[in-house]
This record gives sequence, C-alpha cells and structure tokens, in this order.
Amino acid sequence: MAPPSKRRPGYDRKAQYGLFVSYVIAIVGALVGVLLLVLSIADPTGFSALRSASAEVTRPISSNLRALVIGIGNLDETIAAYINAGSQNAALRRQVDANRTKLIEADAIRQENFRLKRLLRLTETDTGVITAGHLISSTATSAARVARLDIGRSRGVLPGMPVRGPEGLVGRVLRSGPNTADVLLLIDEGNVVPVRRTKDNIPGISTGRGDGTVEIRALNTERNPFKPGDVVVTSGIGGLYRPNIPVAIVARLAGDRAIAIPLANPSRIELVVVQTPFRPAETAREDAANAAAQASNASVP
Amino acid sequence: MPRYDNRIGRNRSELQIRGTPVVSVMLGSMSATLVPMIAQAPLIPPIGLMMLIAWRLLRPEIWPLWIGLPLGLFDDLMSGQPIGSAVLLWTVILLALDFESQRHFWRDYWHGWFTASLAIAFALAGGWLFVRLAGNGGSIIQILPQIAYSIGLFPLVVRICAVLDRWRLP
Repeated sequence: MAPPSKRRPGYDRKAQYGLFVSYVIAIVGALVGVLLLVLSIADPTGFSALRSASAEVTRPISSNLRALVIGIGNLDETIAAYINAGSQNAALRRQVDANRTKLIEADAIRQENFRLKRLLRLTETDTGVITAGHLISSTATSAARVARLDIGRSRGVLPGMPVRGPEGLVGRVLRSGPNTADVLLLIDEGNVVPVRRTKDNIPGISTGRGDGTVEIRALNTERNPFKPGDVVVTSGIGGLYRPNIPVAIVARLAGDRAIAIPLANPSRIELVVVQTPFRPAETAREDAANAAAQASNASVP
Repeated sequence: MPRYDNRIGRNRSELQIRGTPVVSVMLGSMSATLVPMIAQAPLIPPIGLMMLIAWRLLRPEIWPLWIGLPLGLFDDLMSGQPIGSAVLLWTVILLALDFESQRHFWRDYWHGWFTASLAIAFALAGGWLFVRLAGNGGSIIQILPQIAYSIGLFPLVVRICAVLDRWRLP
C-alpha cells in the first residue's frame, strides 16, 4: 500500500516553507538532545528537580501496585514448599538441632567480642539507621540498574547514603527528592564496594555487572584466592559503607576475578534501611585534628 | 448497548483525535516506572518508543518531525536514562523513517516490521551506549534479549494502535 504523502507539497510555497521549517526544528531538537545528554553525563545528579518531580507523580501508583506484585512474585516459592513438605520437614528439623548449638556458641562469642571491644574502646553504639522504606519500582527498560525508594528528603534521605536490607547490602542513594529517592543498586557497574572475605579477611573490590551478578577482584594477591561458596562482606575501608554488611556469595571463577551473586535480591526484599555514610574512627579523628589545626591557624594572624 | 452501533460520523472532539496518539505513547513510556518490579537486567520492552513507531507506520502524517523532543524528554524522565538520550534517539529515528518513506514508496506488513525492528535495535543500543558513557549499566549482551522480544512484540503494539485508531477517529 502506498501511504498518503504530505511530504511532497508540490507548488504550494507555504507548504514548502512549512516542510523546511519542520526539518530545521527536528535537527535543532536532535542537537538539543545531544546537549542535554552531554550535561547529564557530565553531571549525573543534574536535572534532579525534573526527575524527582516526575518520580513524585508516579509514586502513589507504583507503591500501591507493589503489594500485588510481591504476592505474585512469591507464588512459585509457596507452591514449591507444599510439594516438598515431607522431606523438607525432616531436613529442617535436623538443621534446627544443629543450629541451636551453633547459636549458643555464637552468643558466647558475641559476649566475648563485646567485652574485648570494650577493652579496646572499639564499641560502636550507633547503627547509623536513619529511616526505613520500600523499593517501589526500577528502571526496567533501561540498561542502568537504578531502583526507586518511596521515602526521600523529608525523612532525611540524602544522596550518597548506603541502603541495606535484612539480607545484605542493596546499594547507595543516587538522587533524592521530597518523597522519593533513586538507589544505584549493587549490581550496577557504577557501584564499587570495598569488601573482604569472611573467612580470612582477604580484601577485594566488588563491581556490578549489570545482569544481576557482581564481580569480585582481590586487591593484593597474584592469583585468584576466591572459591565458589565464599561469602564477602563490606570491609568499611574508605568509608561510606559500614563494615560487616553481607554483600555476595561467590558462584564461579572467571580468570583473575570471581563472579558472585548478591545476598540481598532487590526484587524480593520487603523493607530496606537507609544508613548514614560510615566514617571510620581514624578519619573522624583526622578530620577533628584538621579542623582544630585550621581553627588555630585562623586565630594566628 | 446495541450490538451494532453506528461507526461512521460519530462525535469526536479534536482533543480525542489529536491527543490519543500522544497519550498512548506517554502511557507506554510510563510503563517502566509504574510496574512495581525491581529488575535485575533490562526486562521491559521500550513500549513508548514502540507506540511511537507503530503510530508512525499506521498514520505517517500524524507526527510532526519535532515530536521526538517533548515525547523523548518525557520518556527520559520516566525511564531513568540520562536526560537527552531518547530526545536524540527518537528524533533521529523519526528523521530516518521520513527519509526512508521518501525512498521506498511502496510498503507492506513485513517492510514495516523490518524498519521498526531496525529502529528498536538502534534505540536500545544507543540507550545502552549513553548509559555506558555515564558510567553505569553493564555489558551489551544483556540488552540482546530485550531487543529480541521487543521486535517480537511489535506487531501486538501495532494491533493496539490500530484499535485505538478506530476508537479515536469519527
């Protein structure tokens, strides 16, 4: 079929000019797109007013739909639990017995730890928790892995704050609006987290891969020290993330790096907690010393 | 409701005739942010863009060439891409479709699907590149499934546009 054509205006001068102007506007529009793109790549937090305004508009709808989808998302687990109920019951009973002794031991170790830390004056009193909220939607069409939180500036959520769930680290806050905030997930390539292996404190770096997994590279060993099944937690080096938040479990090795699966699966987490950025004790002391030095410099003319 | 209502000469406001395509594209753009799902990889097809191309194939005269600017900006705000990404890509796609329709005058179903496939693949790859330049995202392999089922779902979007088109016109 041949389409009706208005792109061939014939001898009509007015139509010809109109066509020409529409091309000019389109090309100018493309150039505006390039300009906006350069601005937003140079400053990822830019246009935050525009973004948070649109987030505020869609927030009520997606947060109401959320309850529905969580129910559907867990349906497969519920059915699978019924099918294996008998054998699973026996296995779980054995596991509970084994875990009970381990729990008692862990309790004793926690007591001892607390006592030793108090001796070293290392006790941390605050957990840094600011507030809790739900993840309501995400950038499901885009290649960037960003999720939206249903709380924002009004509850004290600011860009750069770490976000964690009960199972482990989720990400950090990228932008925050009045009642919404965007969280850069752990699985995004832009999210780099200093980690350590729980067994022996081998330090490493976790980077997202964009497909639901993270890759972990050891910092200071020549060969790959990781093995499948290793659990890594945040090391607290460099600040931002508090130490000992579970991050991921190693699934397989790929050359000098390990591919790991995050422990907190953001699509199943009910509630997340926003924390203050962590500042190690030494940095805090150094900052205080610098401030004091500056104050004394200022007082000397 | 009568089974056979009058389908010719109905009363249609100008807003309904001109607004339906625009609103349908905007709703398509909003689908990503309204679906309450935390995606681990690009999952949802770019429905806003597919609506735009479907309307363009169905009614070549309804989109002015500059429509990529406002609709693309709206899509960027909703999808979480770097702002300007869809503005640029959608305008380039509309210009390319315009030149294409000048060169190839005769067209059919497969021709439309093929050009739409190229446009969708171009937009998704371009979007991936811009996210990459901003330092986020992951490898290009993860958008290949998204491209594949976006192309597969395109005829469905065309059907939806055709139904909307029958509803919108007097």
